[in-house]
Amino acid sequence: MPDKYHIKTRPAPPRRPRIGRCGVVDWREDCAGCRNCVKRACVFDRYREESSYIRDMRDMDALFFQCMGCFACVQQCTKGLLSLALNPVYERLGNSYWTPQVIEATWAQAETARIPVSGAGYRGAFSGAGFDSMWTDMSEIVRPTRDGIHGREYISTAVDIGRKPAVLQFEAGVPLHNLPPLLDIPIPMVIDMMPPGYRLPTLPPIFKIVAAQTGTIAIVDFDSWDLLGNDLEQYLPNLAAYIAPSSAMPPAVMLRKMRLVEIGDSDRLELRIAEIKAVNPHIVVSVRIDLDAHGVERSIELAGKPYIETLHLVADVNGDELNAGSPRFIKDMLRHVHTSLVQRGIRNEVTLIAGGGIALAEHMAKQIICGADLVSVNLPLLIALECTLCGWCNDGLACRADVGEIDMDYGVGRMTNLIAAWHDQLIEVMGAMGIRDVRRLRGEVGRALFFEDLEEATFGKLFGTRKNG
Amino acid sequence: MANFLVQEKMAEQDLPQSTLETQVPQVEVQRVIKPAAPRYRNEIAKYIIRRSDACKLCGKCAEVCPRGVHVLKGGYKYFAAPRQNVCIGPSCKETGHYCVDLCPNGALKMVENPMMKVLGDYRWTSDLILATWKMAETGAPPDPEYGYQYQCGNSGGGFDRLRFRFPARPPVELSPDEIDTSLELNRRGDGRPQIKIDVPWYGGGMSFGSVSNVTQLSKAQAAVAFNTFTCTGEGGYMERLRPYDEHTITQVATGLFGVREETIQRVRIVEFKYAQGAKPGLGGHLLADKVTPSVAKMRETVTGISLFSPFPFHSVYSIEDHKKHMDWVKHVNRHALVSAKVSTPSDVDMVAMGSYSAGAHIVHMDGGYGGTGAAPDIAKKNIAMPIEYAIVKVHDFLTREGVRDKVTLIASGGLRNAHDIAKAIALGADGVVVGTGELVALGCVRCARCESGRGCPRGIATTDPELQKQFNVEWGSQRVINLYNAWRIELVDILRRLGLRSVGELRGRTDLLEHLDYTNDAGQAP
Repeated sequence: MPDKYHIKTRPAPPRRPRIGRCGVVDWREDCAGCRNCVKRACVFDRYREESSYIRDMRDMDALFFQCMGCFACVQQCTKGLLSLALNPVYERLGNSYWTPQVIEATWAQAETARIPVSGAGYRGAFSGAGFDSMWTDMSEIVRPTRDGIHGREYISTAVDIGRKPAVLQFEAGVPLHNLPPLLDIPIPMVIDMMPPGYRLPTLPPIFKIVAAQTGTIAIVDFDSWDLLGNDLEQYLPNLAAYIAPSSAMPPAVMLRKMRLVEIGDSDRLELRIAEIKAVNPHIVVSVRIDLDAHGVERSIELAGKPYIETLHLVADVNGDELNAGSPRFIKDMLRHVHTSLVQRGIRNEVTLIAGGGIALAEHMAKQIICGADLVSVNLPLLIALECTLCGWCNDGLACRADVGEIDMDYGVGRMTNLIAAWHDQLIEVMGAMGIRDVRRLRGEVGRALFFEDLEEATFGKLFGTRKNG
Repeated sequence: MANFLVQEKMAEQDLPQSTLETQVPQVEVQRVIKPAAPRYRNEIAKYIIRRSDACKLCGKCAEVCPRGVHVLKGGYKYFAAPRQNVCIGPSCKETGHYCVDLCPNGALKMVENPMMKVLGDYRWTSDLILATWKMAETGAPPDPEYGYQYQCGNSGGGFDRLRFRFPARPPVELSPDEIDTSLELNRRGDGRPQIKIDVPWYGGGMSFGSVSNVTQLSKAQAAVAFNTFTCTGEGGYMERLRPYDEHTITQVATGLFGVREETIQRVRIVEFKYAQGAKPGLGGHLLADKVTPSVAKMRETVTGISLFSPFPFHSVYSIEDHKKHMDWVKHVNRHALVSAKVSTPSDVDMVAMGSYSAGAHIVHMDGGYGGTGAAPDIAKKNIAMPIEYAIVKVHDFLTREGVRDKVTLIASGGLRNAHDIAKAIALGADGVVVGTGELVALGCVRCARCESGRGCPRGIATTDPELQKQFNVEWGSQRVINLYNAWRIELVDILRRLGLRSVGELRGRTDLLEHLDYTNDAGQAP
């Protein structure tokens, strides 16, 4: 058996007090001072530090919001002095796409590197917009990953980036063409540049190390390349310079050591790619395409060009089509591009990277099912550093999570943990689907269930037409 | 198809002597409904009443309240804490007993309990939890005056958007006694016992290890009282369950923990657990903390080492293997019915048909939103389809294949009350399996911490000796019996309003349902 892909993790405790969903409201007045106070019986021992918090005048919120919400103390206090309340700070975390639950789950994974596990059945809405309008499938009996938990070491999450010619041509046993370069990474995600507004100078040096430790690649804007520090050389195989159409080319010594480079879309693409290939014929060039009104058509058009190897399709941070009144969602746009390329018989020749709106590990799997080869991720890695997406930095205010002041160990640890947890979750859903290789998950919509289809096949048949779309 | 139905000749007495010798007397539990008061000192209520200093202790409030919310005990100077959980809230205004208005000193104030925002979730709303507690307390549907919206949850899809089309008057006037809620479990006609349960549901598998002894026994007692079944889960067959053999389903799951020939020979139904709705395709995982010495002994494993049930059965990779499995159990116990518990992938219809063909009496589908003691969140949310779709799909398929009446189709995975049960049956199931509802009756608040540390803080899903002392079997079984009774009353009422004489008549009657998100004009003959 080949070496197993394994990400080394270690606990990376948060710097700031936990922000839980609910907290205890404690009316101390009228307390009878029972000797067998319910607080002593807390199963989670959340009250143990209460007195020390009071003594040291520390932030009491930290204590209260560690509550697990079991109501046991609330219901047993002799005087009925305790109650639970939703934590307003928790409710304000993130926004409607990056919900408090997403942020809380990301924090937990960044701390422990573990898959979030809980008891009781699913608590959320039946379905929802975007990625919530689909389920991944499972395979009841016959499956290739035969051993469930114990067979997971056989599941491969590696993907290739680059162009794969449809046919090889030989003459007298000698290939007619040089094969285009192909690079592989062990997990179907790359680290993308931060969206505008979140381009903190702290991040690129952390990305550099995280990419190297997890074996993936971090895309860094060449215009901010100097943020990466001096010890760049050893990290170059895990870095991809993004070169905007107006930017200068990176020095040849750098290009020769990189495996991937990304360029902005322009009408000089062929020339630009030739320029790069002239310096390093083994480098894979990815073209970044904004998923605006023309993004889908442009991608389909470019995919047919012989000089295109990889397309990086990027929607906005919430996965929506850019600058659109009623935007399409990234999974639907990718399905369109993927299906068109399949119909033209060229899907295997290009690699599609999808970015924007990838907030949870499940989105990675679902996006791949909808046609991407791999995804690019940015905001979750920032959230791993206890960012709450408050947006203060956008307004030039001080960061509430002090992301600018973190130390390297913490940053690398948190991001690495998050990636490790995502990898484990990907294996979890692939195991259930009975898919052994993430390359075979691509476009495999047969391993997914879509809300619209199920509704139509079930309730549409029984109850007529669905109202409001 | 008939070749599959090999009639097995039943010997007069074909259980081995060794098993017969271990048979124990079976307990009898009467279906007696009596109040089972909530077990916590401060019951959570939808509305709370605040009494200000303006109170002159005149006692007017206690006098006007017909429900006894305000208590001024003899010999006490002040009012005791109000019994808020029997207060019906602002709707009391219309009754003329509204203490807030009648207080001569304006000392009382009524507000919605802010904790309602913390309690519950999309699927189990706070109203649904409170109503379930009320049913478990009284044994009847909650008084409509409470205004609980408990007929469905707030998940925005599936059961929560389906409603019955009740006619203004029932087409046939039936009295509740005429309505039959029983369910036949053996439809194969293969000479095995015709087992009939009094209500169209039985209790879900919860292993010893994932829940406490007390919880298991409470469920078992209720199963006896309602002549239905409970299920051991996969954690082995507790000796203490022996007096309930007649009403116990033993589970043969992939870990095969505690499965022995005599455990299979004890019971009337054996269930093969292929997958579980909350973690389809993943197998089970009992965390190390929960493997206490007693759990380890029961499962014949080592204390403190977490236990995996693999996925799938390592001996089942085809439908033929599945048949071999069934045949094995049928051979070991020639009186037992066999159930196959599967989850709901897109080809669940084929899986159900295959299970039937392999000889299952019961096909039990556990939908994607089903309960669990511990499962990865990514699995609970994302893997496999919700049960609502699966029921329709499988019912239609089995009907087209002409075998629908040869097999009992059981649905589970997010069925929370009598309305869900009725909707599932109207969509095409014969009966259902319930689990979370029973736990809520025992005081579960769905805090989802079943798996952490010492386990359930409410003493239900735990093996911690201290924690499980929080309630006893007498109270627990009464709560579940009461809940079952309330559900049955409600189910009978639904059938009565629809003019149906039995649960069987409701099966597949999608014409009696409507979906709030649809135009509901598809050509249907009522």
